[in-house]
Amino acid sequence: MATAKKKLVELQPTDIKEELLKKYPPKVARKRAKQILINEALENDTPEITANVRTIPGIITMRGCTYAGCKGVIMGPTRDIVNLVHGPIGCSFYAWLTRRNQTDAGVDGENYMTYCFSTDMQDSDIIFGGEKKLAQAIQEIYDLFHPKAITVFATCPVGLIGDDIHTVARNMKEKLGDCNVFAFSCEGYKGVSQSAGHHIANNQVFTHMVGENDEEKPGKYKINLLGEYNIGGDGFEIDRILEKCGITTISTFSGNSTYDQFASAHTADLNCVMCHRSINYVADMLETKFGIPWIKVNFIGARSSAKSLRKIAEYFGDQELIDRVEAVIAEEMPQVEAVLAEVLPRTQGKTAMLFVGGSRAHHYQDLFTEMGMKTLSAGYEFAHRDDYEGRQVIPNLKVDADSRNIEEIEIEPDSERYKPRKTDAEMQALEARGFKFKEYDGILPDMEAGTLVIDDLNQYEAEKLVELMKPDIFCAGIKEKYSIQKLGIPMKQLHSYDSGGPYAGFRGAINFYKEIDRLVNSKVWGYMKAPWQESPELSATYVWE
Amino acid sequence: MLLRHTPKEINERSAVTINPAKTCQPIGAMYAALGIHGCLPHSHGSQGCCAYHRSALTRHYKEPVSAATSSFTEGSSVFGGQANLLQAINNIFTVYNPEVIAVHTTCLSETIGDDLPQIFDKARKEGTVPKGKTLIGAPTPSYVGSHVTGFANMVKAMADLAEPTGKKNGKVNVIPGWVEPSDMEEIKRLAGLVGAEITLFPDTSGILNGPLSGEYHMFPKGGVTVGELKGCGDATGTLALGEWCSADAARLLDTKHKVPCRILDMPFGLKATDRFIDALRIVSGTVVPEEITCERGQLVDLISDMHQYFYQKKVALFGDPDQLIAMTEFLVSIDMCPVHIVTGTPGKRFEKRIRELTKDLPVPVNVRARGDLFLLHQWIKNDPVDLLIGNTYGKYIARDEDLPFIRWGFPIFDRQGHQYFPTVGYKGGLRLLEKVLDVLLDRKDRDDPEEQFELVL
Repeated sequence: MATAKKKLVELQPTDIKEELLKKYPPKVARKRAKQILINEALENDTPEITANVRTIPGIITMRGCTYAGCKGVIMGPTRDIVNLVHGPIGCSFYAWLTRRNQTDAGVDGENYMTYCFSTDMQDSDIIFGGEKKLAQAIQEIYDLFHPKAITVFATCPVGLIGDDIHTVARNMKEKLGDCNVFAFSCEGYKGVSQSAGHHIANNQVFTHMVGENDEEKPGKYKINLLGEYNIGGDGFEIDRILEKCGITTISTFSGNSTYDQFASAHTADLNCVMCHRSINYVADMLETKFGIPWIKVNFIGARSSAKSLRKIAEYFGDQELIDRVEAVIAEEMPQVEAVLAEVLPRTQGKTAMLFVGGSRAHHYQDLFTEMGMKTLSAGYEFAHRDDYEGRQVIPNLKVDADSRNIEEIEIEPDSERYKPRKTDAEMQALEARGFKFKEYDGILPDMEAGTLVIDDLNQYEAEKLVELMKPDIFCAGIKEKYSIQKLGIPMKQLHSYDSGGPYAGFRGAINFYKEIDRLVNSKVWGYMKAPWQESPELSATYVWE
Repeated sequence: MLLRHTPKEINERSAVTINPAKTCQPIGAMYAALGIHGCLPHSHGSQGCCAYHRSALTRHYKEPVSAATSSFTEGSSVFGGQANLLQAINNIFTVYNPEVIAVHTTCLSETIGDDLPQIFDKARKEGTVPKGKTLIGAPTPSYVGSHVTGFANMVKAMADLAEPTGKKNGKVNVIPGWVEPSDMEEIKRLAGLVGAEITLFPDTSGILNGPLSGEYHMFPKGGVTVGELKGCGDATGTLALGEWCSADAARLLDTKHKVPCRILDMPFGLKATDRFIDALRIVSGTVVPEEITCERGQLVDLISDMHQYFYQKKVALFGDPDQLIAMTEFLVSIDMCPVHIVTGTPGKRFEKRIRELTKDLPVPVNVRARGDLFLLHQWIKNDPVDLLIGNTYGKYIARDEDLPFIRWGFPIFDRQGHQYFPTVGYKGGLRLLEKVLDVLLDRKDRDDPEEQFELVL
């Protein structure tokens, strides 16, 4: 362990990478080496990282499954659709309210998010097939609630026994008449992570709901917010800001979303993509079919939020909106700056590591930067190469056995409803000014040279990284929380925010500054050793004083 | 209203479960395996199962929960998961170096028909299992039983490690069932006082309630060792606490190795603890010390002090069969009326047992095995109660119906302390009573009109 004994300052990124790989069997080490990259931060000329590949059996991964990405992430936060899980009880149970998606029943008062629905398959269903039970379950749900839609999620055994959930759904939709029923083939064994589930969900939402309601919604500047899941109330804060600016959100994919929001999404004039990984498919499909352009936004971080608002205003190009946005930013920023000024002396110079999601490991670096904190290392749990290196790599992505199994749906411009939102000349004028559509440069250009970017970080590597680099805070998910904290390093959950949030927008930034200040400066990290452990030698005094 | 769509009118459902009062087998197997010293649980299935189980256990125990997975892909689902498991075993011993890998299956690997013993044999032949290391396996199909069944299956696999030497070792096997680490610790304390030398398995104390010291040990000090499990076959007898969680393992030791067993209720409350202590004394041939008799007396004393607030109060409770049986008996014994009782775990015996325990109550009692919280909520709407006892998911019913609520069982995601404060034994009984009285009197203090608001209660 000669390298481990070196002082922190002497450790080169190559040493750390070597340390991480040392213990692995050769085959594992070879594979992991391609997923650990020492960043060169050369804009648009980033080195290649391997991502979206299988996790190695036995290596304790942070990843979940396709079902989790489909039911848990994308469909979980929809409130007036009944999400029925077809499978043994566990899959539905674990996805029941555990992601902290906040929800508001709204004026219509329909909200099923607090409920958990399952066909609770038994061995007889596995042997004789579960289609009848599924149809009966849909009927029972309909009789009880008369929801607008019932969606069905396949779990692992359903795919194996060959239940035709799509036919059951189609038949029940026909039978019920006033209830949309459709299904997701999101068996847990598909793909290599949650990511496949996002894609499957995107496809089905687009196919079965988007475009159903052509009714013109009021509002002058109409957008869709894509890839915002209202965890800890993030979506509510973004809604507040957009509303204040006079921007109308036609739909959110999919925080606190409703059936009608999906059905009306095609009536918006701009798509704003928050989480690129989980929702870029819908953004592309909405553009191809309906002519709505998309831009990447980021409401994590006060400055990033301001930047995103300005970007939206610039797109619409209306002076009234531009002024309003500036006024809102001017009104919101002083409170943010005041809190930042207060915490900055305590956070400046501290270091962080982030290993979450397909976007958050990138977005949250903005907040840490605002707080004067450096990101030592970061990576995604389930992202693809484009989330690291930028969308320019998409045409060169290798299609492997796992990604081939995930359906790519062919979308064509809608013969009647395709309507470019801007003329070619307008688009060109915007682009000439540096305005970028359909662009995401990924995480690498925003990270310093020499930082370690690690895909699908596992428990062993996390522990090693913390041991070697001693960050002041580590960000990942609930499974990683306590092994990191046992080492005396505070750990912040950036999937579900522990019990905090919102962290998006201006108020969210304030919450985050305070939360990180609390974590990195908590007294508790100073109590690790008892006095007799710190100085075990006996006192020289012979008698009690 | 959080559960705004739940109607009062009850229509029987045959296909859809709404708001379950159970989860699936593998998580129980994972929890049980964590109670083996130096053990890495391994989930043989898609990686989502493992991620969900680890998340749920971590949220409940607020401790690191390490477990590995075979990370099935579409290919392994078609061709079987043998290659994945073999690779996993090699990687786990190389990278994490546990003493034991405890593999449980999932609905996926069970449906495919993967054969764990055969895969283990192959791993051993390939030389990927280092000398002295142990592989154990439990079939835990998610479409049978519940998380409780999975726990029982892994505990049975642990008992199957027994290798009798033919010479009795004078110890007593105690199988505690799915209780908190704090409860396991309390059972060991009580056994120590009785003077009984016991092998407690599984034993998650010290593992899922460990200290914060600036060091992370993937395999903490606690847990039953493989050596101790091997010795189970030489024990004087086995006490299995809970028919659902523990009986299978005890019966295995009985039939296979002639270690006589007694199946007891989990020692929650006065009477069940009495029976446990009495059985422990008899099997170990010791005398119950004054200290325990005194603890018992203190519990009786508290019951008499609090009785006025408990008498004929109606309670709804949900959770796992073994816990509910003991709790129902306890509530009846303090003159409360448990009127709605639901477990998600199947078993007609459960309903029968609850009926027996509640037969003398002056009010009608609803009980359901394989029920769900949707039904429980409907029962409550039709026949309101004074108290709700169950896991965290009960808080949605409690808030909507404005009920005093005690979190007890698994999972508890929104309160802490269960890892450290036992509810088994007489001391645990004191804690349960304290919790019950606190919520009832907090409610009284909130609701009493000002002229009746009192200082002394």
